[in-house]
Amino acid sequence: MLKQTPLNSVHRAMGARMVDFGGWDMPVNYGSQIEEHHQVRRDAGMFDVCHMLVVDVTGTGIRDFLRHLLANNVDKLQIPGKALYSCMLNPAGGVIDDLIVYFMREDWFRIVVNAGTAEKDVAWMEGQRAATAPQLCIQPRRDLAMIAVQGPNAREKAWQAIPGSRAATEPLKPFQAAEFAQYFIGRTGYTGEDGFEVMLPVAEAEALWKTLHGCGVAPIGLGARDTLRLEAGMNLYGQDMGEDVNPLEAGLAWTIDQKSPRDFIGKAALQAKPAAMQMLGLVLLDKGVLRGHQKVVTPHGVGEITSGSFSPTLNQSIAFARLPLTVAVGDTVQVEIRDKLLNAKVVKLPFARNGQSLINN
Amino acid sequence: MSIPGDLKYTKSHEWAKLEADGTVTVGITHHAQELLGDMVYVENPAVGRQLAAGEECAVVESVKAASDVYAPLAGEVIAVNEAVVDSPEAINQDAYAAWMFKLKPANPADLAGLLDAAAYGALVESEAH
Repeated sequence: MLKQTPLNSVHRAMGARMVDFGGWDMPVNYGSQIEEHHQVRRDAGMFDVCHMLVVDVTGTGIRDFLRHLLANNVDKLQIPGKALYSCMLNPAGGVIDDLIVYFMREDWFRIVVNAGTAEKDVAWMEGQRAATAPQLCIQPRRDLAMIAVQGPNAREKAWQAIPGSRAATEPLKPFQAAEFAQYFIGRTGYTGEDGFEVMLPVAEAEALWKTLHGCGVAPIGLGARDTLRLEAGMNLYGQDMGEDVNPLEAGLAWTIDQKSPRDFIGKAALQAKPAAMQMLGLVLLDKGVLRGHQKVVTPHGVGEITSGSFSPTLNQSIAFARLPLTVAVGDTVQVEIRDKLLNAKVVKLPFARNGQSLINN
Repeated sequence: MSIPGDLKYTKSHEWAKLEADGTVTVGITHHAQELLGDMVYVENPAVGRQLAAGEECAVVESVKAASDVYAPLAGEVIAVNEAVVDSPEAINQDAYAAWMFKLKPANPADLAGLLDAAAYGALVESEAH
């Protein structure tokens, strides 16, 4: 039996094609996936992200606990509401999950984790808590729903849909959240566009979804969510990273604090195995579609695509690839697709931001 | 659901149409394009290639996924639709107008072994549950 979010019946009523996404019955598209993609890049769209899990950490000494638990440095979070993207590593340096942590108060941090890893994450956090910080409380919040509103007009439309929220959320910088009434509103997302992720009581999710729809925010499925995050250069857990992938080879070095003397879980293992590969972007020059697990042939050795698809913004196929360290941006490499070798250009990530392609062909 | 009565169908979601000149035109069904979503790439077999019935002979790719296309019956490829290679979205717009390739069947009687519209409709219905 698939798990359902509080918006399940609304998706069906809106004509969504539903799929099994890691055990959740989720909308993959409502109509054209490409149109949904453009809608977010050009105007505003909304995503049901209720399958992701909010975890509140409360008590005394959270900061010390998270300094050890997370690979990024929570000491970067000094202003209330500020958020940080981080990996949570196992002692071998593999990625248990990637997450966002919000600093609200010294006795309250909020973490949002992926759906597919949620149970594993909570069990790991709970084990660490019991061992190192038994005074803390780790509380999964399945009583909260989450809707992401993304696009150049997303904030404006969210303010219309949630009257009175503008004053509290207009001053927010990217990666910062504020509470307003029963809402927790963060200026975060997974698309490379401006917008909010709104957490709210489950009972109110359907009403907010319908109000946003009335304000001109289109529902967007997981299909477009994937092409949007790919263009934005954002990793997907289980595809671009995981427990068996060195995060330094997955484009995550910027999130792993290798400067401060602070010890964190996985640090020693990563220091003992420096990266032998690097994550870069590919743009396919020939006709076809790049996909995960395709082999990349270069003069410096072989690599592999981790995620690939068709980019509606670039109107050509793009991918993330794990490549030998000596491959450089601007190189032409070859991708093996059904026994043919097709040419692709190596590019810097991301491919697109704020509606614009960043690739010059 | 759109399943024209004058076409034949396969379990792998191709349609086949017997033309007046005895050739057979092949494409993928409306249901198939609906499952795959926005089409972005089509690869057709080479003209002149001899196909066995059920042989993998073409590829369609949507944003979401790649899908093989199988020969509905044995025969020689005598034409391919370049327009659908240039504009794969034509399959989404009208899957029965956006044909992929034409075959000269090895044995025209093979066509009778394919599904009719009612049988294909039942197949699609059963897959939905």
